[in-house]
Amino acid sequence: MIEIKKLHKSYPIGKDSLHVLKGIDLHIKEGEFVSIMGSSGSGKSTLLNIVGLLDEHDEGEYYLNGQLIDNLNEKKAAILRNKFLGFVFQSFNLISYKTALENVALPLYYKGMARKERLKIAMDYLDKVELKDWANHLPNELSGGQKQRVAIARALVTQPKVVLADEPTGALDSTTTDNVMDLLRDINNEGMTVFVITHEEEVAEQTKRIVRLKDGVIISDELTNINSKAV
Amino acid sequence: MKFLFDSDTWQEIYGSIRKNKTRTAITIVGVLWGIFLLVVLLGAARGIENNFNKIFGNFATNSVFIFPRATEIPFKGFQKNRRFSLTTKDVEVLKSEYSNEIKLLAPRSQTSNLIVKDFKTGNFQVSGDYPVLDKIQKKELMYGRFLNGNDILSYAKVCVISEEMYKQLFEKNEMPIGQLVKINSINYKVVGVYKRSNGISFDGDTAYIPFSTFQKVYNRGNRIGWMMITANDGIDIEQMEVDILLTLKNLHKVHPDDKRAFGSINLGVEIGKVTGFLTGMQFLTWFVGIATLIAGVFAIGNILLITVKERTKEIGIRRALGATPISIRRQIVLESIFLTTVAGMLGIVFGALVLFGLDKMVGSGDDAILINPTVNIPIILLAFLLLVILGTLIGMIPAYMATIVKPIEALREE
Repeated sequence: MIEIKKLHKSYPIGKDSLHVLKGIDLHIKEGEFVSIMGSSGSGKSTLLNIVGLLDEHDEGEYYLNGQLIDNLNEKKAAILRNKFLGFVFQSFNLISYKTALENVALPLYYKGMARKERLKIAMDYLDKVELKDWANHLPNELSGGQKQRVAIARALVTQPKVVLADEPTGALDSTTTDNVMDLLRDINNEGMTVFVITHEEEVAEQTKRIVRLKDGVIISDELTNINSKAV
Repeated sequence: MKFLFDSDTWQEIYGSIRKNKTRTAITIVGVLWGIFLLVVLLGAARGIENNFNKIFGNFATNSVFIFPRATEIPFKGFQKNRRFSLTTKDVEVLKSEYSNEIKLLAPRSQTSNLIVKDFKTGNFQVSGDYPVLDKIQKKELMYGRFLNGNDILSYAKVCVISEEMYKQLFEKNEMPIGQLVKINSINYKVVGVYKRSNGISFDGDTAYIPFSTFQKVYNRGNRIGWMMITANDGIDIEQMEVDILLTLKNLHKVHPDDKRAFGSINLGVEIGKVTGFLTGMQFLTWFVGIATLIAGVFAIGNILLITVKERTKEIGIRRALGATPISIRRQIVLESIFLTTVAGMLGIVFGALVLFGLDKMVGSGDDAILINPTVNIPIILLAFLLLVILGTLIGMIPAYMATIVKPIEALREE
């Protein structure tokens, strides 16, 4: 699903440049539940941005769904993001003046789906995250956990190939963290590839594979107990 | 173009406008004010123009008046300062030589006389005229008729008097038609009473009697006082004036370069001076209106730019969810067009209301200042089109700014 070979990325800082990713090799197969662990500055967010087509890599190869990602213009990137990727952000990133339902339906709008149809689908996904009753509430009327569930519904609504979650529990307390992780696991159990970025050990432990990143290189890549239990 | 008729597009615009009501209102006011000014100023200018038209309206505006004065150059044995009269022969010559150019020609003779009706008297102007005068200088009649051809042929002793004369010489509610008034000790039957003209008039309160009668009664022979000439459509009236004067100079043995011998007033030229002023005023109106409009549109662009800055994060989210740059840009441009359009429509409506009010207050009666202050629909449409074009162009700036930021940087923004 996601195949990365010798990926390099550096950011220019003044005259110098900061080498963030120093040759990452990573292969994520369909249906995996992977977490990228690392402290801040390890390059995990950069990796997610590149995987999420929000940023471009300098060197190496990146295949998304078998397609080589190279020289994308903004339009192509937008279409690929809409088609293959669902995003879940730390700060939820819901649009404040749209209701939960409208927020979930937004990716379908960019897909070009008719309003009636997309609201119906969005409602189904809200139902899936148990927020059907909150469909017509604005984000500021929802709790943090609810917001993140809306965001997850929004990430799923286009039936993407991969869900990318950037510190999905970073702004949540431990109870809601567990709820959100349970939800992500349920999604994974239904066959969705889930790619989580976190710096919390407890969160990473709930995924099936942990990739540890330090200073731009992968230092370990191992399966967790959950994986073996499931198998 | 499909997106224009997509309810979602408008839903999105409605959403972003509703989010920021104050900003939207302030933005709209700028453009509204511009087009409001344009409409009101153009309407007022039109009202003034209509007022001028009313003043000149009773007069054929392509008229030339020609009258004799004294020569200033000795010529063909005549000394200077010679006085002479136009004659009926001149009239015949002009009519035959300028049959293509001249539409109407009214020879006129005038004097001043005491007019008596029973025990009431008044001193008024008496004018010998042809019926054609009514075509050059329209008379609005209260009672009866103007002079006719029969009056001329039969040397009828009939007269047409003014409203003012009627008030002075007759009892209230007395029927003037068929009554006799005495002018220069001769009885004339009143056949018509005309209203005082609201516009310009060269005659004042005048009793009109048939030209033929006048010439006989006042013993004028073939000498006439002066003449009014109107030109056919499409004729260069200034050239015609020059040509006619030259012919007349030849007929009266006046030096061709004599500038004093004939006086002439070209009404077209005189009116041109006034309408020139009006044109200037209209130009000023357009200038002020459009400048204000542009300022308003720039305000919209400016505020949209601020909004785009405020919405950087939101735009980043939308792009992460699959919004293409063009869909973002289209949205912002459309928002700009929508705002300018709404503002424009409101401005036009308010402007029309103010013109309506002006019309009610100072638009009617004899001393109206602005008559029928209106703006043509095509002009409104043109201004509106201009507004939409400006709105589109100015919307492109924030639209460009919105997509120049990479989605990753936009998302990072807090």
